[in-house]
Amino acid sequence: MEQNAGPPSDICPPPNLRRIAIDPVSRVEGHGKITLLLDADNHIHEARFHIVEFRGFEKFIQGRPYWEVPFIVQRLCGICPVSHQLAAAKAVDQLVGVERLTPTAEKLRRLLHFGQTLQSHALHFFHLSSPDLLFGFGSDPAQRNIFGVLEKYPDLALKGVKLRKYGQQIIAAITGKRIHGTATVPGGMNKPLTITERDALLVDIKNILAWSQDALALNEQIHTAHPEHYRFATIHSNFLSVVGGGGELELYHGGLRARSATGAMIFDQYDYRGFQDILREEVRPWSYMKFPYLVELGKEQGWYRVGPLARVNNCDSISTPLAEAARKHFREFGQGGFVQDTLAYHWARMIEILYCAESIEALLHDPDITGSNLAADLGEKRSVGVGVIEAPRGTLFHHYQIDGQGLIVKANLIVSTTSNNQAMNESVRSVANEYLEGREITEGLLNHLEVAVRAYDPCLSCATHALGKMPLQVELLDADGMLLDRLAKGSNGVIERTV
Amino acid sequence: MSTDTKQNPIAQNTITIDGQEIPFLAGQTIMDAALAAGVYIPHLCHRQGLTPHGSCKLCVVDTGSGSASACTMPAVAGQRISNNTPALNEVRKTITQMLFIEGNHICPSCEKCGDCTLQAMAYHLGMLDGHFPQFFQRREVDASHPTIMLDRDRCILCELCVRASREVDGKNVFAIAGRGINAHLVVNSVSGKLVDSDLETSDMAAHICPVGAILIKEHGYEVPIGQRTFDLHQVSEIGLEKTIPTKVRQPDE
Repeated sequence: MEQNAGPPSDICPPPNLRRIAIDPVSRVEGHGKITLLLDADNHIHEARFHIVEFRGFEKFIQGRPYWEVPFIVQRLCGICPVSHQLAAAKAVDQLVGVERLTPTAEKLRRLLHFGQTLQSHALHFFHLSSPDLLFGFGSDPAQRNIFGVLEKYPDLALKGVKLRKYGQQIIAAITGKRIHGTATVPGGMNKPLTITERDALLVDIKNILAWSQDALALNEQIHTAHPEHYRFATIHSNFLSVVGGGGELELYHGGLRARSATGAMIFDQYDYRGFQDILREEVRPWSYMKFPYLVELGKEQGWYRVGPLARVNNCDSISTPLAEAARKHFREFGQGGFVQDTLAYHWARMIEILYCAESIEALLHDPDITGSNLAADLGEKRSVGVGVIEAPRGTLFHHYQIDGQGLIVKANLIVSTTSNNQAMNESVRSVANEYLEGREITEGLLNHLEVAVRAYDPCLSCATHALGKMPLQVELLDADGMLLDRLAKGSNGVIERTV
Repeated sequence: MSTDTKQNPIAQNTITIDGQEIPFLAGQTIMDAALAAGVYIPHLCHRQGLTPHGSCKLCVVDTGSGSASACTMPAVAGQRISNNTPALNEVRKTITQMLFIEGNHICPSCEKCGDCTLQAMAYHLGMLDGHFPQFFQRREVDASHPTIMLDRDRCILCELCVRASREVDGKNVFAIAGRGINAHLVVNSVSGKLVDSDLETSDMAAHICPVGAILIKEHGYEVPIGQRTFDLHQVSEIGLEKTIPTKVRQPDE
């Protein structure tokens, strides 16, 4: 926490206001910060969530061959690299003219993705967020961490660690490594799952199912037993997710569905290869992260949320019995409408962790999973590929264009946290106004802001990748805070003096 | 020495490397004799069957009367050669670090990862970092050929492709142009592009690159982690090139 620091580059406090920065926001992936502007009476004038690190993947993969891309872009993240590899692989499948994978290849990819989502969700809840939920948002920060959880709730913490480990075992069995392995090739996979590997994964699956149920029960209990959680950081938003052909929860492949906060369908079963017609991105000068919105609703009203809360609200059913029962219970909590509680992200996330566990068990018993037919016949080459997948944090878009030599000429990645950008800012503003307004700022109160951010499980480093087109604004203020000069660079690179 | 040779025909055909007596045949280099005897001398630009080049300098040994590249220095009876010494390996590590920082070697996403001799050499020599500031040189990718790609970011100027093309393929596709830090791999074609060369997928030159600067297009990552060359072998294994012959893969495979 930094109070009364020197002039920041992004928000210069007007006279008589002071600035508080939480920099970095902790227990999230990547580097972000929150800034508050307060007056002498601690009234909140502004609250913003910023992404301050810069990656540039969209630019530096230009000129690289398309078959390299899944393994370059997976380095965006150490938590969900599989999602990036798979989204890029789906785009590459289109580039080589493959419409349908072999049954074994598709099931291996699904198993891989379930393992990825299981481990990521476990990491997010147990390692990153459970300290807040178990000890309290304003509790002693010395205890409010995974080591504190291990000390006070060792059984629970160890289950979380083992859940994550199991997901990583699946990833290692299929990709050769727990993090940043290789599995996909254009139109297929590079390695079958051996019977020995399959059997090794089956050993613990009953425990994984039981621990997933425990984690779900704990989250449901935490949320429902704390009415103050219902409105903490809660906003009413549109939801976007991929759903299966029957409207069921789907993480690997399906059509896009968007619904308004009231549940009205905006679009459904939309072919994601045409996503540019329904989604746009806005850039703002104070964050490296873009702000996507639904074209139909416009910039002001078109922002939306993605991720577990969006998926569980948006789907009509879940294909596995235990998770489906949990989904129904979840929707009952919403009394017929969407559950918009931001902290219910955790509850929805644990419904999904159970869905992953059940799906993994089913796939491990599927004879196709140990098949050896891994590669589909390649078809006619195309110049554009769009891969969309439901990453742990939400809908992930990979869009590539190649030239006649097979080199990338254009890339656009819309990652889950980018989609949640506006929502995270709204949630931070909500918490600031409700919990910090007019009060003496303490570490515990500031942690409330971070709790709101953590609910979304932001993948901050994935979310920042623009290069060369980032609009920037530089302001020159005199000692009294009067604006003397302002230079602004637009997204077209043109610099203008606006004062 | 010539007198001793005539008097003792057995002694005349041996050298010692790190104290181990090694026989050799007339005309063999120190590297030839070492490899035949199962003694590893680190190298990147040497390949049996191709004219020795002596450019990578990793095989420099102490012959007792000075330093010399083992791949080009003829074996001479009675030589007492130091090879696997901490001092020499430290210099070799430094040379390897320089190769890494002069090029743009992005191992984590490279399709040659696990099959790359430079990477394996770095592990063999205990290299933990680049040590020197990265050059970040701008190097051209040539993907003009329908089935073969040239990524100069990875080129270490070993000239294996140059020699393979001339000596085995009977062509003259590649050359090194420029000097010193400006040295770079060029294609001998009117346009300077691979597409206008007579390089074919079946050529040895298309497969001999130890670092992935020359690759068959649209293939990569097909060998799973755990089954790649250097997942299963040490770079110091003698005969590795024969055990794992250069993969000749047709583009439609």
